Amino acid sequence: MIIMKKTKNEKINNESIGVVETQYYTFAEPGREYKFESGDKLGPITLAYETYGKLNKDKSNAILALHALSGDAHAAGIHRGQDDPGWWDNMIGPGKAFDTSRYFVICSNVVGGCKGSTGPSSLNPATGKPYALDFPFITVADMVHAQRHLIDFLGIDKLLCVAGASVGGMQVLQWVASYPERVRSAIPIATALKHSPQQIAFNEVVRQSIMSDPAWREGNYYEYGQPEKGLSVARMIGHITFMSDQSMEEKFSRRLKNDKFSFGFDADFEVEGYLRYRGANFVKRFDANSYLYITKAIDYFDLSGGKLISHGKNIDTRFLIISFKSDWLYPSHQSQEIVRALKRRHVDATYCELTSSYGHDAFLIEVDEQTTLIKHFLDKTFNGYLVTGNYGI
Amino acid sequence: MESNSINLDHRIIYSIIEPDARVLDLGCGEGELLYPLVRDKRIRAQGIELNDKAIQECVKKGLSVFQDDIENSLREYPDNSFDYVILNQSMQEVKKVDCVIQETLRIGNKVIVGFPNFAYIKSRLMLFFKGKSPITGSLPYLWFDTPNVRFLSITDFKNFCVEKNIRIVEAHYLGEKELVHLWPNLLAMNAIFVLTKRKNQAT
Repeated sequence: MIIMKKTKNEKINNESIGVVETQYYTFAEPGREYKFESGDKLGPITLAYETYGKLNKDKSNAILALHALSGDAHAAGIHRGQDDPGWWDNMIGPGKAFDTSRYFVICSNVVGGCKGSTGPSSLNPATGKPYALDFPFITVADMVHAQRHLIDFLGIDKLLCVAGASVGGMQVLQWVASYPERVRSAIPIATALKHSPQQIAFNEVVRQSIMSDPAWREGNYYEYGQPEKGLSVARMIGHITFMSDQSMEEKFSRRLKNDKFSFGFDADFEVEGYLRYRGANFVKRFDANSYLYITKAIDYFDLSGGKLISHGKNIDTRFLIISFKSDWLYPSHQSQEIVRALKRRHVDATYCELTSSYGHDAFLIEVDEQTTLIKHFLDKTFNGYLVTGNYGI
Repeated sequence: MESNSINLDHRIIYSIIEPDARVLDLGCGEGELLYPLVRDKRIRAQGIELNDKAIQECVKKGLSVFQDDIENSLREYPDNSFDYVILNQSMQEVKKVDCVIQETLRIGNKVIVGFPNFAYIKSRLMLFFKGKSPITGSLPYLWFDTPNVRFLSITDFKNFCVEKNIRIVEAHYLGEKELVHLWPNLLAMNAIFVLTKRKNQAT
């Protein structure tokens, strides 16, 4: 079976942060409920988060890492007694792209998620039962506003950087749109300024596959167990969009699981087996309602048409935008749309389309080139022009 | 790199640009020109470059670069976004030269253009006596392997500026090691012009 976390340079273990623990922060206590963009109010809200490295005295070295659709607060290191490193462990750690010997890195699970932050599967204190569909609809802005409460709690006035890929990248852009004065630099990776009709269409198929499973029970399945069929098919669709034609050819080609056709509807091809395995595994670790809520939040996302930087405002946030050549889920032209929005406003920015055959998954796999770009970009942001070296004249 | 081996064209452009200027370098390569300007003159620099390896080198130097080709890269910039737009040794690689020059004049107050002179004496001699496509210090490529798509002389470019109503503010003619003052269209290997819009052309 293929291990997705495997990276090109196997430096994981010798440079890992080591054992980390998830922490929890609760806000919007009774009487001070948080008002969602939809207008609905809810409280209290808990965010699960982890931190790596040390916050410096003037609190100027904090980086907020933002996870993608099914990610969580566990971005780096390992949890006690477990082997799996965090989802961006190859990028966060001592000497890595986000160098924890210099920077203080924070990662929190989004509101609406199911990995320790308050979401549809959390217990409603009023009823003692999970919120299910009583949970307010969320937007990417809600995710960001909730994170802002956490950043306030940590006493950080201005983040050195916000960084993330995919939906994490949308949160990066939303941070700049909502709190430009609190972000020194932004690294949106493999993401978009708005969700396109094709992307909404994929998410709608994902949602329909969950909601058409009778086990979904209009969202009230918590006593009975997850809508496994629907959720696993939803995830299978996702995995197709995360890979590329070429990476699927390289991984599976037309190889058969057994030597001959079954002439039945078993998984004959390796690619079928892979998708089934991925789908079945996902059901064990992710709440179906959270998947519905978060995909909807992504579809609502739209910072095009001048909404990224409010009119008449100048921002001094620096940008590093990265896309991947074979990523057809968030193709490069969407990153270039971000670039165009920044050019119109004279924002200091770098854009690079990295060569990769891994499709959208590339942001988890293409470590070396991302590391070079991110490391130096952060160095410049943190230190200004103290780049050493004699480059002439 | 030793300072005395730095290309003469870079030294001339370096001396033209004032401190704190806003500068866009089209085809900035590894930032060999922008980096010293940022370091010594604190310019606000933006590069445009297609090659990903070159972009990585720029980022290592702390420079900001967009990966794009020159022709697509200019449209979004508002008028007068930069004090200088540099088009050094990249104009001859551009197909729509006229459009690109007009766009650079729109987004930049001044445009610095540097290009190899096709009418340089060595080119003429190669063509005339050997009957071969010229290969010189500034035009080093074989005919089938050249990134250049436009071949022009200093006289061609001056005529172009007259026809397009573009004002030439400064002209520098470069020989192999030093500046050329006599018969530039014959003796200069490279030329650097500083251009602006004519006043009546300003929109």
